[in-house]
Parts: sequence; structure tokens; C-alpha cells
Amino acid sequence: MDGSGKPVQDRDAALVAAYDGPPDYRVVGRHGVFPDMTHDEIERFNFLAHMNRHLAGRVMPAVKNAFETRVAPGQVFTDRHQVRRALVKDPYWQLWSALRRNTMEMRQQAGRWVTLRQQEELAARVAALTDGDPRLVLDPNLVLPRYVSSIDHHCMPGSYHTEYGPGDVANAANYDSGLFATTGGMLGRYSDGGGQAVARWVARNLPDFKPRRILDMGCGLGHNVLPIAQAFPDAEIVAVDVGAPMLRYGLARAKSLGVENVTFVQANVESLPHFADGRFDWVQTTMFLHETSYSSMQRIFKETHRLLAPGGIVLHVEQPQYSPAMPLFEQAMRDWDAFYNAEPFWTKMHEADLDAWMVQAGFTKESLIHGGVTAVVDKSVFPDAAEDSGEDYGRKAAWHVVGARKEGV
Amino acid sequence: MSIQMALAGASAKPTGKRPHFLESWEAERSMAIALSLAGELVVTRQRLDTLERLLAAKGIVSRDEIEGFTPTKAEAAERGLWNQEFLARVLRVVQQEAEALTATDDSSETIAEELAR
Repeated sequence: MDGSGKPVQDRDAALVAAYDGPPDYRVVGRHGVFPDMTHDEIERFNFLAHMNRHLAGRVMPAVKNAFETRVAPGQVFTDRHQVRRALVKDPYWQLWSALRRNTMEMRQQAGRWVTLRQQEELAARVAALTDGDPRLVLDPNLVLPRYVSSIDHHCMPGSYHTEYGPGDVANAANYDSGLFATTGGMLGRYSDGGGQAVARWVARNLPDFKPRRILDMGCGLGHNVLPIAQAFPDAEIVAVDVGAPMLRYGLARAKSLGVENVTFVQANVESLPHFADGRFDWVQTTMFLHETSYSSMQRIFKETHRLLAPGGIVLHVEQPQYSPAMPLFEQAMRDWDAFYNAEPFWTKMHEADLDAWMVQAGFTKESLIHGGVTAVVDKSVFPDAAEDSGEDYGRKAAWHVVGARKEGV
Repeated sequence: MSIQMALAGASAKPTGKRPHFLESWEAERSMAIALSLAGELVVTRQRLDTLERLLAAKGIVSRDEIEGFTPTKAEAAERGLWNQEFLARVLRVVQQEAEALTATDDSSETIAEELAR
């Protein structure tokens, strides 16, 4: 009883029904190599998830008001960069941006604290699961592409590749444990809502597609490739990335989750001589191309075409491309992460004519594939992006699929 | 040792020139510190809430014991370490400003142009 005369259960039910914030961090899945977290470390991520949702839902919408009432009047804009340069001078845009940048830095700080303080233990836990396993193929002599070495993407110090000790996985564990905060819980229990969305999209749109060998390019810690591996348990999956910490952690994480059909390979995906022509039935990239470069993208597309078997499919999942139909204000807002969250290529990648580049790489125009997906999560616990009418300009868990089927059988 | 690595490196500056948003860097620096403090206040508030609920559930709410608490030497060291961690986190912006003094970062605009070549 709470003094109201009604049973307490009714009060609890009303609380739950009225609540529209992110779930508590403790719903995040703890696989075998997930970092240990104290009560306060968990609450730090809870706070940051709330900050991101607050900024997206309560603070950012007024940027549009500021633009319409005091930035745009009397101005003629012909491209998104002019809009952004005008927005930059607006005090409300400045306020929102400063809050958003700080929230990202705090998210990185929180995750680094968690993972650096247990850096050696994490390396040992991963080694226990991966030592001698042929499904971890590292190349200590790999030369980092400039698009990785030039800047720490999304303000993650050390990026995907820096090693803080032998067998290090700290930044992979940081990335993994903090995704919940960055996305406000939109990616689900194992932060794999994107991968699950791809698996569901393929099941619905290509029901006869039965790939035997699948290549995931720019896999990171493998969170988006595991749902694909689970959807095709008999397929042989190869996941490639330049970051050794990501790959070590990825294999250990996959094994602890009972996924045994993925091999993690350290390589630059622009050239994969490890694999023969026509080796794969499916090549996948999920939120990867925006962290590359024009020249590497063209090589990646060509390499993809070479690696696909006749009839094979390539799918690239990204936020929607800028097009004349997209308002310049929206384009400018979507560019925020490019200039203020250390994703410089984001702005360039999203103006590229991907269709033309796919054709240039050897795919026929008729074979091009276009679609749209939203994160697939356990809706009883996590927010569903498909039912979210809000807009988070580049961060919403709603993506475009651009792909092609290679000519042949 | 990991705990020293975490104290020194958790607040590290990412590569890439940091954009400024507000009219004065002084204001921006203050906002960074205040926001971090807000986060820590929330964390503390949640921890207190957890404690109060557990204590209430067990019928053990003894405020007198809390008020009269004196830490042992080891307890004092543990609590001191927490203070060190707290300052490293909250004063992130100061550390990054110091690191920026010797960094040679390109701007996102410059790198984007380079990557598009």
C-alpha cells in the first residue's frame, strides 16, 4: 500500500505505462567477455542514455525552430554547407551542439574508465577463449589505411586499432559496452539491432537466397554479423576489420554467445588476395562505408564484385544518402557528426552516387537493390525505431540498404 | 597496472581538432565540467536510492551509524582512490586542453577533403 488506498501493483503498472525513456542498462546482454561493471558505472551509462534521448527529443527539435525563425529568413541557401555555416552562428545551435559533443566525450570517458581499469583481465578472459583458435587470423604487419589513422572516429580515443597491452581488447569492450548509451538503447540487448534488421530484410526480400559463404567487411567487434551467422548456421562467415582488438574480442564474444561459424580476419578490405574470385555468395557492410574514403570505396566495390560468385549479393547498410529531395536543413543536421563528432568522411560519403559507383565496379544497373530497414529489437524491453516518429538526423536506428546482385546463375 | 592506466587515460583527448561551439572557450569549458558533475550527481542519487530501498526492504535504516562512520586506513585509501577517479573524470576538459597544446591535429574539413581525393 502507498497511502492511496490502491494496491501497489497498480501504481507500478501506471509508472511503467507512463514511462517513455530508455530501459535500465541492466537489460544489456552480458556475454562471456563483457566488461565487469560496478553499480555506479552502470548508472553513468544510464545517465548518458538519458542525455542522448533528452537531447534528441527535447533539445534538438528547437534547432529547427531557430533555423526557420531567425537563421533562414532573408537567406538563400544553395547547399547544405551554407546552411551549416549559418546555423553555426546561432546561439541555440551552439548550445545544443556543445551539449551533444560533451555527451559523446563523457560516453567515451565512461567506457574507457570501465575497460582500462580491467584492461589486463579483459585480455586474459579473451585469450582463454581464443588462444590457438584458427578462427582468429591477425596480421601484425597490416598498414592502417589513412581513413582510420587520421582521426579517432566518434571521439573514441585510440579508435579501433590501438593496443594498450598484449592481446588487448579494451577499445572493443568500450565500444560494445557504450553503444547502449550512444543510441539510447535503440539497438537492443546485444547492440545487434542493425544486424538483425539485415537478416530479417534478407529473409523477407530474398526468401530463396541460401548463401554458403558470407563476407562481412568492416565488422568491428562483430555485433552486426552475428545475427547473420545465426540466421545461416550452416554458412561459413568471414568477418574482416583492421583492428586487432576488435577481432580478438569479436571471436571471444561470438563463441561465448554460441556462434561458431565466424572467422575473424585482420586485413584491409580494399584488397583481399586471401580469397579467390567468386568465393562468397554474400558480401555485407553495415555502417562501415562512412568511415572509409572515396578512393578506398571504389576499390572496395571492385573487390566486392571480384569476390562474389555469379548470382551473389552485396548489401551496404548506411543512413540515407543526401538527395535533392532531402531538405538542405536536414542534410546540414545530418552532417553534424561529420564535423563535430569526428566522422569526417560522413559528409562526403552521403553525397556520393552509390548506384553509379556500383555500376562502375561491374554490377549491372538492372541488378541494383534498394531497401530500408529499422533496428530489430525485443520490443517488450527496448524502444522500437519503426514506431518512433522522432528524427535524430543520422543517429536514428533506421537505415537504407543499397546493393546489387552479380550477373550470372 | 590497469588502474593507473585508467586514471591517466580514461579522459584522453581523441585525435582530431576539437570543434568549439560557444562564443567563448571559457563558457564551453565550464559547461563541460558542469555536465560531468550533473552526471556524477545522478549516479550518486541512483546509488543512494538503491541503498535506501535495500535498507528499507530489510528494515535496517540506521542513520546514526552512517553519521558516526569513521573509515579504517584501507577504507580511507579506497575512498581516496574514488576521489582521484572522480577528478580525472570531471576535469576531462582540462586534461584535453593540456593534450591539445602539443597535438598536431587536422580539422574534419581538411581530412574530409583529403579522403575525397
